[in-house]
Amino acid sequence: MADQLPQVLVLRPPESSSSARIETQLSQKFQLVKAWESPLPTADFIAVHAASIKAMLCSGGTPVTAHILHLLPSLQLIVTTSAGFNHINLPECRRRSIAVANAGQIFSQDCADLAVGILIDVLRKISAADRFIRGGIWPIKGNYPLGSKLGGKKVGIVGLGSIGLEVAKRLEAFGCIISYNSRRKKANLSYLFYSNVCELAANSDALIICCALTDETHHMINKEVMKALGKEGVIVNIGRGAIIDEKELVQCLVQGEIGGAGLDVFENEPDVPKELFTLDNVVLSPHLAVFTPESFSDLYDLVVGNFEAFFSNKPLLSPVLDE
Amino acid sequence: MKMENVCILLTYPVPEYLVQELEKRFRVFKFRDVASNPQLIGEISSSIRAIVGTSAWGADARLIDELPKLEIVASYSVGFDKIDLVKCKERGITVTNTPDVLSDDVADFAIGLALATVRRICVCDRFVRGGKWKEGEFELTTKFSGKSVGIVGLGRIGSAIAKRAEAFGCTISYHSRSEKPESYYKYYPNIIDLAANCNILFVACALSKGTKHIVNRKVIDALGPKGIIVNIGRGALIDEPELVSALLEGRLAGAGLDVFEHEPKVPEELLGLENVVLQPHVASDTVETSIAMSDLVIKNLEAHFQNKPVLTPVL
Repeated sequence: MADQLPQVLVLRPPESSSSARIETQLSQKFQLVKAWESPLPTADFIAVHAASIKAMLCSGGTPVTAHILHLLPSLQLIVTTSAGFNHINLPECRRRSIAVANAGQIFSQDCADLAVGILIDVLRKISAADRFIRGGIWPIKGNYPLGSKLGGKKVGIVGLGSIGLEVAKRLEAFGCIISYNSRRKKANLSYLFYSNVCELAANSDALIICCALTDETHHMINKEVMKALGKEGVIVNIGRGAIIDEKELVQCLVQGEIGGAGLDVFENEPDVPKELFTLDNVVLSPHLAVFTPESFSDLYDLVVGNFEAFFSNKPLLSPVLDE
Repeated sequence: MKMENVCILLTYPVPEYLVQELEKRFRVFKFRDVASNPQLIGEISSSIRAIVGTSAWGADARLIDELPKLEIVASYSVGFDKIDLVKCKERGITVTNTPDVLSDDVADFAIGLALATVRRICVCDRFVRGGKWKEGEFELTTKFSGKSVGIVGLGRIGSAIAKRAEAFGCTISYHSRSEKPESYYKYYPNIIDLAANCNILFVACALSKGTKHIVNRKVIDALGPKGIIVNIGRGALIDEPELVSALLEGRLAGAGLDVFEHEPKVPEELLGLENVVLQPHVASDTVETSIAMSDLVIKNLEAHFQNKPVLTPVL
């Protein structure tokens, strides 16, 4: 019976139909207590229905603030369906000994595939040439402008975590030279480390942003970094929009200060700066680096696995650990 | 070496860099589309000693017949299906192409085309540019990593594609005229078996009489409704009408096509499809490789006119 299943609080509605399907499947095993379905304000709803709840499910779009946490004195676990956890007040969770589990590494391959696909698209003008053909221009205009060779390019990876490593592994096979910037240098890697993202940019032909959004990385890719990257440089962002100073990026692209960009994420999704729509050296994607059925199937397994582990006092499958 | 009086015929537009380098060394005559109208050449036909062709136009029997002094056809391409090799052999005409220097670019492009097709990158881009993101979400695509890859033609380009696909965790199998003993990939002597056992089929072999329409209805059926075809070889390697109807009827999941049977004509039915990525024969078209290919054409011509062995002979 539903009310004998372990309870899991859900504050906001699912962000996509794929997430909705996951929640439907989860309801077979857990009682989802949905604050968003109630006309009561969140605080009141929690006071009435979830005062002693121990576990919460959220997505990357649900801010889990100190205020929310304060309303949940019995909370012990937050499971987020995203790889990112910048939306969760981690220090407060640490203070309260609330465990946090994320999507771990399950999205890493799909994210890396998209990053590489977008990079090749920008350098080799794939989307632009596809438009050229569909517009009926090939028979009229003949040859299409030359692209830029991927092999031998110096690629700087910003954030060499699980996703960054998968990107590096793929691009090596294309003959790219990999270097990176991370909070700390990683042992046992042959890639060149730069402690400063500006230096990385100055020594790269392309930057791939794979890091998490934090206070330190907010607007980390700024005018200085873009100038260092230079007029032929390409930026690919599959992290979070706010890692790049978007206004500055748009200006640099429009004025030809950098060579091109491939963007899956933006500062104010789904708003995308309109100036980008007329540029041929830009490839735009609606934050879907992880949107494959395979990833969502793996996500469901992981979310269930984490909750089941928690409710049977076993170690979580994908805890977010202190680093 | 005094080669300035050597007359060279360019049959089709080539990159500016190549034209400049040729004009520095030779007397160059540019005739767009002359291969289809050889009589256009007129008086200079008896002076032409070399042709520089491309993947679009080379030298067929009719053109060769118009040029009594023709000694060499140096193609700005690795494919030589547009050159009448039999006629050239008869006349003792040297033929050169541009292998190796473009293999990396073509392989990069093949993978990029596959990713664009599987992950619908061009469709996503149109979705965002069209303002649709505000109205709703995009659909799921499918995962690329780990898919089984089949390669038709494990030559230089096919091998380069395999190496890249392996980095994505793909399993590789191939079909070729003969098995490659030095390769550890699985070999299928029959292309239909290859298609039945892979998810993404890359067409990377040369076009010849024996390979025309090598990807036909049977192969497409074997690949199946979840299958993807990527063609960076020649359009005529695939039975184009069969490919089009398979895509329209959902018997094939998608295709990434850089080449077509009658370029620059692209079957109209494809222009409205979201599960195809269409490219204007640009797999080797980067600034860097275009220079490398041009330099190789020049080196072949210089070697020939200096009575030295050419660098990359086909014949």
